Amino acid sequence: MKLFELSRADDPGQAIAAGAKATTAQQGADIRFIAGGTTLIDLMKLNVEAPQKVVDVTHLPLAKIETLSDGGLKIGAMVRNSDLAYHPIVRKDYAVLSEAILSGASPQLRNMATTAGNLLQRTRCMYFRDTTMPCNKREPGSGCAAITGVNRSLAILGTSEHCIATNPSDMNVALAALEAIIHIRGTKGDRSVPISDFHLLPGDTPQRETVLEPGDLIIHVTLPPPAPGSRSFYLKLRDRASYEFALASAAVVVTVDGGKITGARVALGGVGTKPWRSPEAETELTGQAATEAVFRKAADAALRDAKPQSQNGFKVELAKRCLVHALKLVTQTA
Amino acid sequence: MNPDLKAEDDPQVVATTYGPEHRLQSERGDPDAAFAKAPAKLDQTYVTPSETHNPIELQGTTAIWDGQMLTLYEESQAIFNMRTVLAQMFGLPKENVRVITKFVGSGFGSKLWPWTHCSLAAAAARQLGKPVKLVLSRKMMFQTAGHRARTQQRMRLGATQEGKLVSLMQDYVYERSMLDEYHENCGEATPFHYSVPNLRVKFGRARRNIGSPSDMRGPGAVPGLYATESAMNELADQLKIDPVQFRVLNEPKIDESLGVPFSSRHLLECLQLGAEKFGWSKRTPEIGSMKRDGLTLGWGMATAAWVAARFAAAANIQLRDDGTTRIACGTQDIGTGTYTILAQLAAERTGVPLEKVEVALGDTSLPEGPVSGGSMATASVIPAVLDAADDAIKSLLTVATTTPGSPFEKRKNDELAFENGRVFVKANGPASGVPFADLLRSADLRFVTGNGQSNATFGEEKKEKPKFSTHSYGCHFVEVTWQPEIARLRVNRVVSVMDAGRIINPLAGRNQIEGAVVMGIGMALFEHTTYDPQNGAPINSNVADYIMAVNADVPKLEVHFLDYPDTEINPLGARGIGEIGLAGIAAAITAATHHATGVRVRELPITIEKLI
Repeated sequence: MKLFELSRADDPGQAIAAGAKATTAQQGADIRFIAGGTTLIDLMKLNVEAPQKVVDVTHLPLAKIETLSDGGLKIGAMVRNSDLAYHPIVRKDYAVLSEAILSGASPQLRNMATTAGNLLQRTRCMYFRDTTMPCNKREPGSGCAAITGVNRSLAILGTSEHCIATNPSDMNVALAALEAIIHIRGTKGDRSVPISDFHLLPGDTPQRETVLEPGDLIIHVTLPPPAPGSRSFYLKLRDRASYEFALASAAVVVTVDGGKITGARVALGGVGTKPWRSPEAETELTGQAATEAVFRKAADAALRDAKPQSQNGFKVELAKRCLVHALKLVTQTA
Repeated sequence: MNPDLKAEDDPQVVATTYGPEHRLQSERGDPDAAFAKAPAKLDQTYVTPSETHNPIELQGTTAIWDGQMLTLYEESQAIFNMRTVLAQMFGLPKENVRVITKFVGSGFGSKLWPWTHCSLAAAAARQLGKPVKLVLSRKMMFQTAGHRARTQQRMRLGATQEGKLVSLMQDYVYERSMLDEYHENCGEATPFHYSVPNLRVKFGRARRNIGSPSDMRGPGAVPGLYATESAMNELADQLKIDPVQFRVLNEPKIDESLGVPFSSRHLLECLQLGAEKFGWSKRTPEIGSMKRDGLTLGWGMATAAWVAARFAAAANIQLRDDGTTRIACGTQDIGTGTYTILAQLAAERTGVPLEKVEVALGDTSLPEGPVSGGSMATASVIPAVLDAADDAIKSLLTVATTTPGSPFEKRKNDELAFENGRVFVKANGPASGVPFADLLRSADLRFVTGNGQSNATFGEEKKEKPKFSTHSYGCHFVEVTWQPEIARLRVNRVVSVMDAGRIINPLAGRNQIEGAVVMGIGMALFEHTTYDPQNGAPINSNVADYIMAVNADVPKLEVHFLDYPDTEINPLGARGIGEIGLAGIAAAITAATHHATGVRVRELPITIEKLI
């Protein structure tokens, strides 16, 4: 770990002013905000991140969960993952979010990790985390050792010839299916970005992962009100039973009326370079009967553009089974 | 390229060849001819990957020089070996090196031998004239601090239609580094485990640009029994014979490789008890035929064996004037309960209550104790401790009979007895006894000392054949659940039965078997050190990417011990139990997996992609 200067921001304005001096808010940033630290400290120990200045944002008054007048939910950036997962409204109206968070990490990590921090969780690609290896995300232009190397856990959707790193977050997958809006405050004022536009595909700039610019601070996340009669569910598949990143996961929010699917939102995890919303699957589901054949068609559609690497071809079938099973469980009548 | 391994129809076998270094390990009869004529045959190759030990405690050394004296604070499984190696490397007399290891946060074999960081810390401390502490990172633990060697084993079994083995051939190859002489002895149990008139075990080695492999819990026998037990299970299925019955049919009466009897072998009773506790008779052999709660069940089993022997050991016991006793032995407690075992032994032999026994371990200034490896520490220390206790008691009785004013003055030593911490005249019975502390105090002695010693039965090149073949045995019965709709395989229940001689401490013993079974679940389903194909580095060199079993993967574990003392190994009849629990478990899990899914996994681990 390299030496760094730690300072504390007492209000968002201070944090934004401090962050605005950074050359980038992306990989290699010289100034970083720190909240739970569950990703940043880890990467600093590996020298993958080496900020000169670290701004502590844990004292900002952003740790509240509030209901909105339209029936939606406002989640402060500093809300800890545990608090979010166990919040009664989240458990009742946004079960997929609670289940997704609780399927990840460990109680200790979830007690530390924050909403905004989880949105910015970095990939677990082994080559990204090893500074002796080439990696276009960590060191643009150095090449991608994963494409020719050990890529079993890496992405099959949204990849490029420069990067196949998976977005590892479970929470983000649920937020994608819930159509969350990310609220950002920056030097030019406030703006709101739908989660589908928040994360970027690697393309030829894998070092850029989000739309954040220097000084941008995530203030909160809002969720639209739950669709009447909708049910949601998160299913995560991995090698062992606990404490492992997803090989494939599915977040589904489905409304069934008279045996017909009237609304469906689907997102996949463990397979995409970003939280993978699948409009293709949603189209196949909407207006159809809730049957296994329909679920299978939706799963085929979701994975149609998958580009497997040498070791992760099984993820195509695994993700399909994951989505079919999640849809089956969420549409089962109690 | 050795023709034995060149199975044209199995290209993966050709990937590693014997090279010029192949060796014959064991041979009897004419296995080729018998195999050729056998009515039922199996010819399959089994692969175990590189695995990394991953004890929670990282390896580390603190080195301190005082003139020409070097002290190393270590987490070693073998302090005396470390002392010898470091003394040689630094050109010092052995007496100038002291190695101290009071506790070890698990080793699993990775801490048996000194790695480069030990001498590096010592050299740096000498150079700087200051103490140096050097702790490896988790990543380094994957590189040059040992790992289980990748193995590839071709098994050829021939049998009659009735299920009697006629030929058994094991040809194994393992990987090692460019420099070392490590031997992954996959053929350790093969020559004696089953009755078969024609047998051959051969091995070869492949040098790779990797760190040196080393012993990992159950080295050799664990990958070896994965292959032989998998082959036995497959051939039983082929013959439509129950796998338990297949073992019964091929149970040897003597060790056929040495032509000597077993000192104590109760494998059939293990199988009988295991089958009964597990409910094996309810098994239906058809694939996917057993269901419960919407899950497909798979039932499988395998047997286990592990060598039982002793290293040389010395121990020292003091009986002290405050009524306490101190037992000292330069062995180590690597988390297996050696402190407790020694206290138990001392308490039992001297009658001093457990809470008044002090145990000193892990210091080369103590009498030389055994390596904590090979499941031999307990078996090795028992005779030395008992010997030391008897010696101390002898000294005590001499004090009793020679101290002026002693109630036993003028008595002869052999008229006296020592029980429950009291000396008494045999003829008068224990009620008349005097506490030993009183005798010592009246003699103005702080303590009396006894020394004990025992010799090794392992590692010495023997000219003559041993009288007995001495091993531990066991079996595992496993239930897996399978959900094809989400490709989820979980181990749901394990029943293990162990025949490991007398169990000195059932709680610590159970802990060893349960821990080994958990490790076996990892071996079967998860563990695999992966090397980057371009630069050769172990790339999953952290505990997030190197998948091991966690608590949520551990089902109900049932452990039974048969408890037949094997007095050929030591007076108490206790064999080792640290490693045998890991032997056979992977083969039982792959058999259960096949029973549930119909997929034969012959290359560990059983990852999702192999089942999908």
